[in-house]
Amino acid sequence: MSDSRRSGVIRDINGPIVTIEAPGIRSGEQVRIGEAGLLGEVISLKGEQAVVQTYESTDGVRPGEPAVGLGWPLSVELGPGLLGGIFDGIQRPLEQIALASGDYIRRGLSIPALDRSRLWAFEPSPGLEPGTPLAGGMVLGTVQETATILHRILVPPGVEGELLELAPAGEYEIEATIAQVRDARGPGRDESRRLYLYHRWPVRRPRPYSQRDDGVAPLITGQRVIDSFFPLLKGGKGAVPGPFGAGKTMVQQQIARWSNADIVIYVGCGERGNELVDVLESFPQLDDPHTGRKLMERTLLVANTSNMPVVAREASIYVGITMAEYYRDMGYDVVMLADSTSRWAEALREVSGRLGQMPVEEGYPAYLASRLAAFYERAGRVETCASASGSVTLIGAVSPPGGDFSEPVTSHTKDIIETFWALSKELADARHYPSIDWDTSFSGHVPTAAQWWADEVDHGWAARRAQALKLLSRDAELSRIVNLVGPEALSDVQRWELEGAALVKEGILQQSALDEVDTFCSPPRQFALLDLVLWIYDQGAELVGRGVPVREVQSLPFLARVRRLKSIYGNDQLEGIRHFRAEVGQALDGLRLEYDQGEASR
Amino acid sequence: MSIKEYRTAAEARGGLLVLKGTPGVAFGDRVRITDHTGGVRNGQVIRTADDEVLVLVFEGTDDLDLAETWVRFLDEPMEIALSPEILGREFNGLGEPRDGRPPILSNIRRAIAGSAINPAARTYPREFIQTGISAIDGLNSLVRGQKLPIFSGSGLPHNRLAAQIVRQARLKGEDTSFSVVFAAMGVSYTDARFFRDELASSGVLRNVVMFINLADDPPVERLLLPRTALTAAEYLAFDLDRHVLVVMTDMTYYAEALREVATAKGDVPARKGYPGYLYSDLAEIYERCGRIHERHGSITMMPVVSMPSDDITHPIPDLTGYITEGQIVLSRDLHNRGIYPPVHVSPSLSRLMKDGIGKDDTREDHPRVAAQLYALYARAQETRNLASIIGADELSERDRRYLHFADAFDARFVGQGEDEDRSIEATLNLAWELISQFPREALTRLSETDLAKYHQGED
Ligand SMILES: Nc1ncnc2c1ncn2[C@@H]1O[C@H](COP(=O)(O)OP(=O)(O)OP(=O)(O)O)[C@@H](O)[C@H]1O
Ligand SMILES: [Mg+2]
Repeated sequence: MSDSRRSGVIRDINGPIVTIEAPGIRSGEQVRIGEAGLLGEVISLKGEQAVVQTYESTDGVRPGEPAVGLGWPLSVELGPGLLGGIFDGIQRPLEQIALASGDYIRRGLSIPALDRSRLWAFEPSPGLEPGTPLAGGMVLGTVQETATILHRILVPPGVEGELLELAPAGEYEIEATIAQVRDARGPGRDESRRLYLYHRWPVRRPRPYSQRDDGVAPLITGQRVIDSFFPLLKGGKGAVPGPFGAGKTMVQQQIARWSNADIVIYVGCGERGNELVDVLESFPQLDDPHTGRKLMERTLLVANTSNMPVVAREASIYVGITMAEYYRDMGYDVVMLADSTSRWAEALREVSGRLGQMPVEEGYPAYLASRLAAFYERAGRVETCASASGSVTLIGAVSPPGGDFSEPVTSHTKDIIETFWALSKELADARHYPSIDWDTSFSGHVPTAAQWWADEVDHGWAARRAQALKLLSRDAELSRIVNLVGPEALSDVQRWELEGAALVKEGILQQSALDEVDTFCSPPRQFALLDLVLWIYDQGAELVGRGVPVREVQSLPFLARVRRLKSIYGNDQLEGIRHFRAEVGQALDGLRLEYDQGEASR
Repeated sequence: MSIKEYRTAAEARGGLLVLKGTPGVAFGDRVRITDHTGGVRNGQVIRTADDEVLVLVFEGTDDLDLAETWVRFLDEPMEIALSPEILGREFNGLGEPRDGRPPILSNIRRAIAGSAINPAARTYPREFIQTGISAIDGLNSLVRGQKLPIFSGSGLPHNRLAAQIVRQARLKGEDTSFSVVFAAMGVSYTDARFFRDELASSGVLRNVVMFINLADDPPVERLLLPRTALTAAEYLAFDLDRHVLVVMTDMTYYAEALREVATAKGDVPARKGYPGYLYSDLAEIYERCGRIHERHGSITMMPVVSMPSDDITHPIPDLTGYITEGQIVLSRDLHNRGIYPPVHVSPSLSRLMKDGIGKDDTREDHPRVAAQLYALYARAQETRNLASIIGADELSERDRRYLHFADAFDARFVGQGEDEDRSIEATLNLAWELISQFPREALTRLSETDLAKYHQGED
């Protein structure tokens, strides 16, 4: 390795941007800067001079100090022991850093992501004999990483050859050799090459797969406005834009908690330290509704909080997505949440500004859109190199300045993603949570989701969804009229439409993350509530149509209870909802009869 | 090299000094500058190359005679001396005394730049602080270790509100009061004196450290001041185990000073001329607040941000809101209607409230009471708008009830005396008094149990 290291000298320090003179250094190469050994990355070359962005503060570094090229690009370690961990923007383990450097993060630390001394019980794949041809992505064996996640030890992509030896079942450290292959493509052609329980992968290069597949099933998040109105498929890309305080982090944390993914990667990119602590403290206590195991066993955090160096923020989302692709390659459905992609874009802007690149819009460089698109392109459902099916679902929060969705990051993101959950300040101010605006949000995945709902839950889903959305848009129209000429101008039928829309909003769309019963709503319960509310609306509409005064229908006592039902009957109490429906049916029949008799005697 | 003095200043503009031929200078190094009158200024290296060094001069670069300007690199970061003696004292942004008393002597010296708290070392803040103010305690509760700014506007009583919070804030069932770090940037002499007098008259001055940069002090020094103040706060909280409340006023002047320097440096502007790194810069300040594992003290932060032209989307409040854990927004409309404190609850928010209230912390109904008040008030605001279009007389009986509620809510729940210290029970009881004007069917955010227990209307 020593021959691949190129040493040089520092010439200029401009905050995180350091110019070094280092002949032979390559673009993208990792560099150790100065006597403190700060980590950085070459971002541009001009003759013998290289511009390095450093992931740590350069305070105290002087021109004339050494700079050493390490010979490889920014890479992550991929192997068992990632789950349950929290890593910084360049995959250093923050818990170990706390042990080594105390409550505040010191500079120049190099602690590997994976624990070197921990033993893992390795089980070789059956049928792998010496002589078996191997290719990247094939499964050498397994390690039980957590109670639910079987970690498949993969042949690193790019390795191709013939198996010479595979380790027998047993306990191994991460750096133990578990296989030797004759690598036909490696550097010393046809030489034997060792494979370990982990390998490294450069974060800026997407990991290969066999082929891309279309999404087939929605990611179930347990949030009604998402699953029942604006679904996102497993392998899809979604965005949550919204002004500060509208609920982006809450939406993402709810998905991290309750979605039916196998693996959740949560990247805190330039956001608050306390939000990560919230996850760290609460997830080990919470049960995954799908497996019954603790949520932390399937979760991994990447944290570059807003006060941590800005360049590592740019790297953090690539570190996150590379780990996501790695678990996808094992055949898992992975969800990656990036909160917030705007902070990533700002880090890009900051570096490009310091390089004196020409800004195009609001200071952002011209390549913002293409970088964003390339990043989101790493989401998808694929057939892996080992012919399994895996997916990465990517959900990015967007934090538009001043809540203005026409700004560059939001508008470019909107062009790229498939599902858009637009958060509204008006809804958030009225404490209508999640504040996902049904008017401006969209999902390109409704037809596929409809098929899934029809197969798994109820054939009526698509029709009920459409009916609810129609009611909501009628509500907007009618509210405009009311605001012009007052409520007296409305007919009884129209008033009942308003009441129906209110029922949809309060009984279905509003869902508090803090409500123990309602924080996760299973698909059957989602449909039961939606169907109930719209059935009540239909019944009421029929009564009003017969001439029953709307006031009488509106004063039916069960209308308050419908709004509360979501917090009363949990996912395993659907019979409570059915029972309630029967009661409402009787009450309505009563009213109908009363009215018919009244009519008849008139 | 720290002893070497250079007279190679080649250029001075907007607080920046360019030096030539000073090789090997450390980035971030502290600089001492002696001008032609013998006066001393302080600076910091903000860019360093073999052939050229850029120094930010905190006292500014006005009236420098370059040929007679001597520059010394001190080979140390910007730091301050700390000891328990800082309590009761008053300093400037560099940590130099402003009260005519001798400087602090101590072996403990800390770099004011600080470093990031490891998120894995933080503890989630969850201890309810009773401020005695209903709009905050009831609807936007503050917890120990939270950063909760006051968004205000010129002429609004943010200083009075901040002072009232400082006077009244305490943990429920405890009477240990907070140590206060007061950081003033670019404020008027009158405002600074208001705080000094307030703190003196409530007898807490012994527990207060003040860092002051007035409107006519050098603006560049404002870039240091919050960092200096927070270094002191960290010392009090994490070395001396105290619970510290940091009041910073006014962050808008801080950001303006940052813009001034950024413009002089030629940094690419993002919005309204503010540099793209304003977010990260503010975050470095605000994120120094919080709680840490196994440390007994805490830092709670209440910055004041005045919104230029009352515009909450202006970059300074906007970026602040993206960093802090909520905001208390003051309203000119309420102020003009004579309501104190004029807290506009709709855009106000406390993100850390959820874990600090409820059964074991305040009262079991608190979270739902807050949600219900918000829902009623949102509906009432719509009704107010409607009434302004079609006239209140045209409203239905049901709508008129919302109007009455809105008025009572503003006047009695939000409005209170400047010396009125309401317990959280008093706040919640008052909330139920207002809520009970509505029939139970209209109150769907409350549970049936809450209604049975607290609703004051007949069944
Ligand atoms: N689904 C929800 N249920 C209950 N409360 C919610 C929900 N969504 C948001 N909230 C409330 O709104 C607050 C702000 O939400 P959140 O922190 O997610 O906003 P954000 O959009 O991420 O803001 P920022 O951009 O500043 O990070 C939360 O602290 C919580 O009080
Ligand atoms: Mg957020």
